[in-house]
Order: sequence, then C-alpha cells, then structure tokens
Amino acid sequence: MNNHINIALIPLLPLASFVILGLFGRKYIKTFSGVIGVGSLLISALLSLQTAYQYFFVDGKLNGVYQKVIAFKYTWLSFSDSVSIDMGALLDPISVMMLVLVTFVSLMVHIFSLGYMKGEERYSTYYAFLGLFTFSMLGLVLSTNIFQIYMFWELVGVSSFLLIGYYFDKPSAVAASKKAFIVTRFADLGFLIGILVLSFQAHTLDFQTLIDTLSKPQTIGSFMGVSILTWGLTLVFMGGAGKSAMFPLHIWLPDAMEGPTPVSALIHAATMVVAGVYLVARLFPVFSVDEAALTIVTYVGLISALFAAVIACTQTDIKRVLAYSTMSQIGYMMFALGVSKYNGEEGLGFMGSMFHLFTHAFFKSLLFLCAGAVIHLVHSNEMKDMGGLRKYMPLTNAAFLIACLAIAGVPPFAGFFSKEEILLAAFHSNKLVYGVALFTSGLTAFYMFRLYFSIFWNKEAHLHGEHHGEGSFAMKLPLVLLAILSVGAGFIPFASFVTADGAALETHIDYAFSAAPVFFGVTGILLAAYLYKTENARPQNIANTFGGLYQSAYKKFYIDEIYLFITKKIVFNCIGRPAAWIDKNIINGTINLFGNTTVKLSESVKTIQSGKVQSYALYFISGALLLAALIIYAL
Amino acid sequence: MNLLLLISVPSLTALIVLFLYEPKKIKAVSFAGSVIQLGLVLYTLKAYYQQKQLNPLNNFFFEKTYAWFPSLNINFHIGIDGIAIAMLLLTAVVVLAGILVSWKVEKNVKEFFFLLLLLSAGAYGFFISLDLFSLFFFLEVAVIPKFLLIGIWGSGKKEYSAMKLALMLMGGSALIFVGLLALYITTSGNGFNWQVVASLNISSELQKIIFPFLFIGFGVFTALFPFHTWVPDGHSSAPTAASMFLAGISMKLGGYGCLRVAVYLLPEAAHYYSPYIIVLATIAILYGAFATMMQQDLKYINAYSSVSHCGFVLLGIGMLTKTSINGAVLQMVSHGLMTALFFAAIGMLYERTHTRMLKELGGLLKVMPFIATVFVIAGLCSLGLPGLSGFVAEMTVFMGSWERVETGYRIATILSCSSIVVTAVYILRATGQTVMGPITNNHFNVLTDATWNERLAAAVLLIAILIIGIAPFYLNDLIKPGTEMMMQKIASSVK
Repeated sequence: MNNHINIALIPLLPLASFVILGLFGRKYIKTFSGVIGVGSLLISALLSLQTAYQYFFVDGKLNGVYQKVIAFKYTWLSFSDSVSIDMGALLDPISVMMLVLVTFVSLMVHIFSLGYMKGEERYSTYYAFLGLFTFSMLGLVLSTNIFQIYMFWELVGVSSFLLIGYYFDKPSAVAASKKAFIVTRFADLGFLIGILVLSFQAHTLDFQTLIDTLSKPQTIGSFMGVSILTWGLTLVFMGGAGKSAMFPLHIWLPDAMEGPTPVSALIHAATMVVAGVYLVARLFPVFSVDEAALTIVTYVGLISALFAAVIACTQTDIKRVLAYSTMSQIGYMMFALGVSKYNGEEGLGFMGSMFHLFTHAFFKSLLFLCAGAVIHLVHSNEMKDMGGLRKYMPLTNAAFLIACLAIAGVPPFAGFFSKEEILLAAFHSNKLVYGVALFTSGLTAFYMFRLYFSIFWNKEAHLHGEHHGEGSFAMKLPLVLLAILSVGAGFIPFASFVTADGAALETHIDYAFSAAPVFFGVTGILLAAYLYKTENARPQNIANTFGGLYQSAYKKFYIDEIYLFITKKIVFNCIGRPAAWIDKNIINGTINLFGNTTVKLSESVKTIQSGKVQSYALYFISGALLLAALIIYAL
Repeated sequence: MNLLLLISVPSLTALIVLFLYEPKKIKAVSFAGSVIQLGLVLYTLKAYYQQKQLNPLNNFFFEKTYAWFPSLNINFHIGIDGIAIAMLLLTAVVVLAGILVSWKVEKNVKEFFFLLLLLSAGAYGFFISLDLFSLFFFLEVAVIPKFLLIGIWGSGKKEYSAMKLALMLMGGSALIFVGLLALYITTSGNGFNWQVVASLNISSELQKIIFPFLFIGFGVFTALFPFHTWVPDGHSSAPTAASMFLAGISMKLGGYGCLRVAVYLLPEAAHYYSPYIIVLATIAILYGAFATMMQQDLKYINAYSSVSHCGFVLLGIGMLTKTSINGAVLQMVSHGLMTALFFAAIGMLYERTHTRMLKELGGLLKVMPFIATVFVIAGLCSLGLPGLSGFVAEMTVFMGSWERVETGYRIATILSCSSIVVTAVYILRATGQTVMGPITNNHFNVLTDATWNERLAAAVLLIAILIIGIAPFYLNDLIKPGTEMMMQKIASSVK
C-alpha cells in the first residue's frame, strides 16, 4: 500500500512553494525563488514516481484488474448525511499516470524557466504561480469527489489566468487572460449544473458511488425528450470542452499564448488543457452507458481535430500554430473516448486516448520549450523573422525535429504508437471518424513541418546584435530529456497499465493497418518540404489559389468575431445597458419621486412639524399601533 | 459568561472616546477596544463549544432575562446559538478592520470613532437579542449613526445619499415595527419574547398578512429588489469604514432578520410567499450583476455586486431547504468579509489616486503591489474562487436550491448559477482596468503602498476569508445546529 503522507505531499509541496514565494518572494528570497520551485517539484516528481512504482508493480493487480484505491479522504463540507464535498486522493491507473506526467512536465518547465525567466522583475511571482498551478492540477487529478474536481478545476483556471496575464502591463496579455477565464467560466457553468443534475440523481458527490449508481441500467426521467443522464453528462462535458479548448469553446487557447512560453508548454499544451479529456475518462463508466452523450463527445472531438488542423496550416505566429495543433490533438483524444466502449477489447479507444494524452504531453511541451528557445533568440513570434536557425541552435533543431516526427506519427517516435491505437479504434467503430482522422493526421504532418522548415531552414534570418545561442544548461536539459521521451515513450507497454476497466489489453502493431496513416504523414512532410524548405513563391501561389478558404482559415473562421458580436452587441448593449438604465431612471426615479412628493406634501402640512422629537415618536408609534391593530381586528 | 459584556465593551470604548481629545489616543483606544472585543467574541465561541458539549440538546446558551418595561411585559432577553456567534465573529472582524483603515481620518475624529463604535454596539446587541423589542431597538441603534457618518464624513452627493439611505431604512424599520406590533398583539400581552412567539400557533391567514411587513422591512436592509437603490448611493458616498460597516454588517442585520424573525416565526407564510421571494432574489442576483457590468465607479461596482450577492442570501432563505438556509447564513458571513475587504481596498486606492473611475485607473499593481493584490483577492473571492469564502457559500446555496424539484425553482436555480459568469466578467473588467494594464497616469508612479494599519486591516479580513474558504467545516458545524433547529419548525409547517 502507498503511504498516504507521501501522496499528500505530492500536491502539497508545490503549494508550499506557492505560499512561501507568494509571501516572502518579492522581498527576501527573490534570487532563490527558482531553486525553491525546482526543489519542491523535484521531490514531488520523485514521490510520484515512487507512488507509480508502488501502485503498478508492488501492489499490482487484484484478479487481473488494477484497483481503485482511496489513499485518504476527509469530509470538507457536508450538505446532508449522504451528500458532502470530500477532499482526498484517489489512485487508479489514470490518476497515477497523470501524477507522473504532471509532476515531470512541471519539473521540466520549472528547470527551463531558470534560464528563460532569468532577470525578470517578477521572477518570484512567476514561480509562485507555477507552484499554485501545479498544486491545483495535482489536486484535480487526485480528486475523489466530483465537487473536488470542480474546485481544483476552478483553481487551475485561475492559475492559468494569472500566468497568461503575467506580463500584466501589456494590454493584449490582460485581454487574453480575461478571455481565457471568462470563456472557461462559461463552460464551467455547464459543468456546475451538470454536477447538480448528476449528484441529485445519484444522491452523492462521491465519484465511486456516483459512478456505480449511474452506470447501472436504471429508469431515469427525461427533460425535453432527452434523458436526464444525457443532460447531466453533456453539461459536464461542456465544462470539459471549455477547458480542453474544443470547438466552439476553443477561442481562448490561441490568445492564451500571450503568457510566457514555458507556461504555454506546461498549462496550454501538456496538462491543464487535457483536463477535459481526463474528466470524461474519469466519468467514462457513466459515459459508456449513454450512447447520446458519447456521440456528442465523438463529434465535438472530431470537428475540433479537423477544424484546428486547417487553421494551423495558415497561421504565422509559431505559438499559435502550436496552440491550434494542441487543440487538434486533444480532439483526437476526445473522439477516441467517444468511439470507445468500457469493457475489454472494445475499450481500445479509451486506452488509445490516454496513451495519446501521455505521449502528446512530452512532444508538445518539447515543441513549446523549443519555440521558447527560438523566441528567446530572435525576440519574435512571427515566422517571417525566422529561418535558417539550425546553424545557431543545433540542439533545438534536433529536438524540434524529433517532436515534429513524433506528432506527425512517423514510426518509431512516440506519437506513432498512440495515434495508431486511436485510428484503429476509430476504424472498428465508425468509418467516417476514421476517414476524417486519417486526413487530419496528414494535415498535422504538413503544418508541423511547415513550421519546422520555416524556423530552421528556408531563408536566413537576420539576427540583430549579440545573441546567446541556445541559452544556458538549464534550458538545454529539459529539451534533451523530453526529446528522449518523445522517442521512447511509445515503447512503454501502455495497454497493460492503463485501460478503461483496469484489465490489461492485448495490442500489437498491425503493419498493414499502419501503412495508411504513415503514408498520409509522409505525404504531408514531403509537401511541406517542397513548399517551405527553401524560400520560394509556391506557398503564396497556393494561398492565392485557395483564396476564400485560405482567408477564412487565416481569420480562424471568424469565430472570434461571432463571439464579440454576441457579447458586445447582445449581452452588453441589450442586457447590461438596459439593466443599468432601468436602475438609474425607473427604480431610482420612483424612489426619488416618492421623496419629492413627500417634501411637497410636507410643505402643506408644515404645521404638524413642531420639531419636537417626542411628538414625532408619538405619531410614529400611534400610527404603527393603529395599523397593527387594524390588521388584527380586520380579520 | 455574561453576554452583556459583548455590548458593554464597545459602548464603554465609545464612552471613553468621548472624553479624549488627542486624535492619536482616540484611535488607539478604539483599536484596543475592538481588539478586546474580538478576543471576547472568540472567548464566547470557546465557551459556547464547551457548553454545547455539556448540553448538546440545548439550542440557546448564556440566556439571561432582564426586565425592561415590566408594565408592557417587555424584557431584555439575550442568548446565542451558533448562527448568532457566526454573525458576532463577522461583526468583530469587520469592526476591527474598519477601525484600522480609518487611521487617516482627520475631521472630527472623536465623533467619527464614537459613531463607529456605537454602530458596532448596536450590531452586537442585535445579534444577541432573543426579544423582538430589543432586536428592533438595536437595529435602530445601528442605523442612525450611518446617516451621520455619510452626511458628515462622506464624499460626492453625500447629503442626498445619507437622506436616501436613512429614509429607506427607516421605511423598512417602520414596516418591521408594524409587523412586530402585530406579533405582540397575538401574544396577548405576553411580550415580545422570540421563543414565546415561536411556540405560538399563529393562524396561517394572520401569518400571510404579517409576513410581508417583516420580510420586506428586513429585506430593505439586505437590498431586496426593488428596494435596493439606497445601496449604490449610500455606499459610494460613505467613508471607507462606513461602507465596510454598511455592507459588512448592516446588510446582514436584514438577512438575519428575514431568517430569524420573518421566516422562522411565520413559517406557513414563508412557504406561501416562497415563490415571490425567489423571483425577487433571482432578479436581484442577475439584474445586480448585469448592472454592475456597466458601472464606471469602483464603489458602485462593489455596491451593485453586493445587491447581486445579497440576492443569494435571499435565494437561500426563500428556497426553504436546510442546505439552502445554511448557505444563506454562510453567504451572509462570507459576503460581509469579502465586501469589507473590497471596500477597504477601494478606499486605499482612492486615498492615493483620488479617483475611483475605471477609466482613470490602470497599472496599479506596479506601484502598490500589496493593495493591488488585496484588491485582486477580494475580486476573486467575489467571483467564487475555491479556497476563498465566497465559493463555499454560493455552492451551498446552489446545492440547497437544487433540492427543490419544481420546474420554476429549478429555473431560478439555473438562472442564479449563471450569475457566476457575469460576476467573472465584471470582476475581471474591474481588476483588468485598475491594477493591470499600463500605468495611465504619471502621478501614480510616486504613490506608496499600504501602511502598517492598512496591511493589518487587510490581513485580519483575509485570514477570516481564507479560514472559511479552506476549512469551511468549522463554520458549517457552528451554524448547522441553528439551522436544524429552525428547520424543524419550518419543515413541520408544510401542509
């Protein structure tokens, strides 16, 4: 059995780092902030590894199935005898996997930031916020209770808000942080109502009991022709879609790139944005009995995957390309869950989704950290300011290439294995989903290599003044470690650890099946090489040929404009403004009218106003008594 | 322990202040008095726990009765339960913080602190009263100083605001007084004893007539729509400490009265009027939130958001489930603390920048990191961030409200839930404009951060907010017996 103090320490150490740096960082220990942050995360990561080792290898399976273990649980706020919010730690394959993942990526980002954020004025605040985020994310992962996950869900949201707005004197950063918070808040409203619906149905907030109750076949009422269970799950999924930037709630993610790049790597690539996938996976036993909700998950994921990939082909800001790529890959994870079932072989989609979540975290955070190193060098996010950088930064070049190969699904890099499982699951469940997914994987390879060639090949960038190459050891180490994992993570026998029902799954690589995705991937790469490896006019020609489509994709299909129209024109002008106006003029006006009339009336009855307080009191009390007496005796 | 101490300490402090002349001494004495009072309330809490352990079935502790107007059978009856202690704690913390932020007051220092202390004595008296007459008496004691505080030390259109506030609250009081007299008559001369009235069987027709007087009367104090218009003007004209007292304590007198007097004493009427209360509360929640979104003045923003947040108190009471009423009490405590913190932060900003207009502010995080951080935390509490008190209270209200399964109630709950989005919009708008962004005015660069007294004031409130936010079970366990006791009567009255 795992020691529950060790498990509690995993989230509490980053919290301690947040509290210490938040209280004393600015004044007393500014220069040590990084060391404190890295130190706390290092211990957390080691404890997570130890927990995972204990869970998977020492405690192992019972009857061939990994058990769900409640390490500890305390009542935090009780509503009634059966309904209460608990705080605790739940260990099962997905939460243990996430523990390792979150602490490891967070550690890499902490280390990278030692170099990247060096000399920043708010250096200690930065590390404090990173600590807060890591704590919240770990709390979310370990949740035993649906309200616990909601709480940490909000906390990761606010950490993300604080970190996006880290450069708070930049208006675009402030706007982006607000947008991210408000859009996800809107989605969380769905989550909250979903919790109310589900918990009322199950008479509990506890995950275990809730899942057991709701995944049993039962008679459940319906509302507007749709079963209550579907309503509840869809609303909860709405929260997940907001956090995971699924269409149409994705609009905050590209703007979130205003934050420091290591933050994007941690929060907006590897951990927080997959919270929605994790939420669906956590409730998967319930989702799996509700066909309608799963269909919604499938199509939202699929549309997001394709939609974002198309946009990514046209963007010129390297971080935005990566942001859309993240959205697209999370779309993969979502529809993989959607096409999955709960038991045995049919649970392949679930396993593929979790596997992809795992490998994606490594190569996507690697891509972001590389992008950070590039931005550090050229002081710009725009592709046009880059080119030929492989000479200045050979290590970054190699790492970026590895990550691109991984995300493009080229064997034997990590992404190949996880994507393979997803495509296989889609193939067996829904041919339409499979077709779109296959096409998207071609697009993925194309836009990633467009990015790679534009940064590291193509024309020669003009670097101004003195430049410092690839930065310090602290910035190189995470790249190397993550690159190793981007190659090696695919060889982990993931299916024997993480599956929907906890029992091992037999998987093998079917070479005949792999041919199609690999073909699409390689085609995408070759096309990108043809267009972008050297400077030429072909990309512009193609953009001109596709005129309308290119423009709308470049403008992100005008989704932002639609939102702006709804919020500014409808909510502000048609609800907010009238409410303020009514209050100022009608309600307040009525009160003033009463006041003024009284003044006028009193002018005419001035004589009663003797100025004697006693007589006023007499009037008041006798009047009140009279009124009271009237009430009583009128009956 | 004798609860009279709780009234005597602030009254005595106020009295001492009257005989002092040096502003420094006046401030020191007021500060000392409020620290002692906080200690005393904490001691009361400890004594309550001890007594509760000995007599777990008792509802009220430290009860005492003193004859007041023997000829009318009016007694001065005091006693407390967990809910009252929660309110006492809120009052003590807000008073301490309010006195601390008033350190810079220079005009008529003596009168200012005297009135603040008198007001707090009124609030303490109100919360320990178990007799409707003394309850009403202390309610008035807590109102009248407001008029003077705003009228003399206020800013902007202070005469108008002071008059409006006084008239509207007095109007509310008049309604309450009528209701109380009607209750007095029903006891057939047996006095105003709250417990006695509670044990009576008042016919449901009579209940339905008396209830609106009491509920609307107390409702005016807690910004019941559409009687909330004194809130924005009153708060914006009031000096910082008075705003804190007004929103932190006075508005809670109303919520407490609605619950303890109107709903508890007239439960059948409460059930009858429940849909109306919920409609008004839902309107207040959403309409207040949308109106906040359009405000330009920071104090108006917080005042309108108070209308919205106090709507949750009324919603929780109107839903009449155990959880929702628990939530209403939690929200009273939480909102009191958070709004006091917000007003304190706004006051600190205003004192330095001399403006409260969003357009003129910007980038203050750079020049006054402490105050700006407090401002942001107060905002985050207001938008219901977990770990701070607002979340606990709002979620309890939502959970409790959802227990009402009728479609209308469900719609009201969903609409109220949706205010969490609007709240996020206006809070982020306010913080984004004020403390983030570039510095808009070069004069801001020379401004200084919080002084020791301001830091202490913020710390006291922050600690209270964090305790509730991180470990809500303390407060929840404290108030639960009180709501359970009331629910027995309220639930049994359903026919």
